[in-house]
Amino acid sequence: MGTLNTEPNLSAPDDFYEELIGAHRGLSDGESALVNAKLVLLLANHIGDREVLAQALAAARGGIGEP
Amino acid sequence: MKTYTNPVYPYRRHADQDGAPARHDVVIVGAGPIGLALAIDLALHGVGCVVLDEDETVSVGSRAICYAKRALEILDRLGVGQRIVDKGVGWNVGRVFLRDALAYRFDLLPETGHRRPAFVNLQQYWLEQFLVERAGELPAIDLRWRNKVTGVVPHADGATVTVDTPDGPYTMQAGWLIACDGARSPVRHLLGLESEGQVFRDRFLIADIHMQSDFPTERWFWFDPPFHPDQSVLLHRQADDVWRIDFQLGWDADPEDEKRPERILPRLRAMLGPDAKFEIEWASVYTFQCRRMKSFRHGRVVFAGDSAHLVSPFGARGANSGFQDTDNLAWKLALVLAGRAPERLIDSYDAERTFAADENIRNSTRATDFITPKSAASRTFRNAVLELAKEHPFARRLVNSGRLSVPAVLADSALNTPDTDADFARTPGAMIPGAPAADAPVAGPLGDWLLGHVGNDFTLLAFGNAVGGADVAALAHAPIPCRVVQVGGGATAGATVIEDREGLVARRYDGRFGTIVLLRPDQHVAARWRAFDAARVRAAMARATCND
Ligand SMILES: Cc1cc2nc3c(=O)[nH]c(=O)nc-3n(C[C@H](O)[C@H](O)[C@H](O)COP(=O)(O)OP(=O)(O)OC[C@H]3O[C@@H](n4cnc5c(N)ncnc54)[C@H](O)[C@@H]3O)c2cc1C
Repeated sequence: MGTLNTEPNLSAPDDFYEELIGAHRGLSDGESALVNAKLVLLLANHIGDREVLAQALAAARGGIGEP
Repeated sequence: MKTYTNPVYPYRRHADQDGAPARHDVVIVGAGPIGLALAIDLALHGVGCVVLDEDETVSVGSRAICYAKRALEILDRLGVGQRIVDKGVGWNVGRVFLRDALAYRFDLLPETGHRRPAFVNLQQYWLEQFLVERAGELPAIDLRWRNKVTGVVPHADGATVTVDTPDGPYTMQAGWLIACDGARSPVRHLLGLESEGQVFRDRFLIADIHMQSDFPTERWFWFDPPFHPDQSVLLHRQADDVWRIDFQLGWDADPEDEKRPERILPRLRAMLGPDAKFEIEWASVYTFQCRRMKSFRHGRVVFAGDSAHLVSPFGARGANSGFQDTDNLAWKLALVLAGRAPERLIDSYDAERTFAADENIRNSTRATDFITPKSAASRTFRNAVLELAKEHPFARRLVNSGRLSVPAVLADSALNTPDTDADFARTPGAMIPGAPAADAPVAGPLGDWLLGHVGNDFTLLAFGNAVGGADVAALAHAPIPCRVVQVGGGATAGATVIEDREGLVARRYDGRFGTIVLLRPDQHVAARWRAFDAARVRAAMARATCND
């Protein structure tokens, strides 16, 4: 069981960010939401480790809405 | 309906209706599938009972159709399995479609060597009719139609029951009152008890149609099909060329309006094509719920089936889990009534079956949430899963159109004796204490299947000549008897010897020479050891019957 890595881990972070935004170019909000959801599922499966995923879910949700 | 005429079971005045109230050890309220199964099971244990039903026929219209492998195995033990299998249609394969394309296909029983398929589909009225006929063969069952329970007063040693009949009311004393009176459970209401849970804000049109068709005998489920956009549809085959179709309608649909043929026919034509020839057998609009009572035992009043717990039909866990209730309850009640086990054995029914009900509710709730997403985000993820499933195998495991009924493994039950031999397999599907016994092909005096040789009583499955004749006799003559079924090896006096035709008994039970598996009367593993020891078997049986 691993630990979520929140230290810098991306090579060329600016390039990745541009690609991420680019993936949503020309999409409606609904389409964008679908792309994001697919992305989350693909990455979650790739990570596989439920502990890491639980930490990521908690970190993503942190500070938003009711705890 | 064209393919079925409801039988009428006549009301008969009973001697109990004259004179002082009679006392009966067991009174069952409700002759639905669960009440009938319990009555038959009790009769097989030598316990008589009175069954009261307010109606004079079996269930009417579209209700349960899918009976799972474990329910069929229980029905086999009750002596009705074969009739159900012969009349019904067996299936193992399901397909899930997204819009007009197949998203994935699954096989629920990929391995061979089981007597029963993953599922058999049969209209609930046929199932009930077969159960009524089976009950009629057993003199211990006193089945009274048009006997409506209108009052229940519980006592420390039973309950006083008021019954209304065409000849007016009468009362009786019940030592144990078993409420199998369905989702609305009048007994539950009479006792002021609740069943808590959630209602899903969605409506489903359920239509049974008669049609000749070459659709395969599989479960087909569509998300957002072109013939019913934005909603889901389920298609299932039943007996006599009757097909079940469920259309998701959404919460805003008007249930009265949707039941009209003028509304239903266009939906069916859009799905089946303009030339399809069919007739509607029955159609109704349902809202589904998942809920259960906090406790299934209240003194001498015990709840089983839909009265105790309710699930949405996605996963077919309603009647299927109800049969596991009666499977669990009957032998315990028989031992308590015979004075061979303390009353707290019935508390283990509550503990084991509320655990199972939670598992069923969790599974049905997850499926219903997938089919009927509650929020925009949940809908988006659902659609994302379906999109991904077309291409990526991982996403197919996330598609949830109903995780179809499998029995609970009662791994934490207090009746189990935990493993002491460390080398036993504990992988998923292993025969750990609490697991329902797996079937396997054998050759033996009671037929070709292992499950035909075990159950009703405690059974010791012994691999090879592991138990000597004197021990076999001692087990058979104990106050709570235990039969020995020996897998392979030479004859032992008093033991039933079966051959492991394909080596699957050994594989499924992780058995080798000397291995011993103790099975409860409901075919659940109570304990297992690598070598026989009479004292340990006695202790495990005492534990499994609360005699420790
Ligand atoms: C659309 C639909 C599809 C389903 N599909 C499946 C499926 O595929 N597989 C599955 O396993 N389950 C399925 N179910 C669930 C299944 O129908 C129920 O779980 C099952 O009928 C429960 O049986 P029961 O005996 O507990 O209750 P019921 O069948 O409701 O029987 C209760 C009995 O009690 C009697 N009664 C009630 N009140 C009194 C009274 N006061 N006095 C005397 N008698 C009384 C009634 O007359 C009735 O006979 C489905 C349900 C629906 C609605």
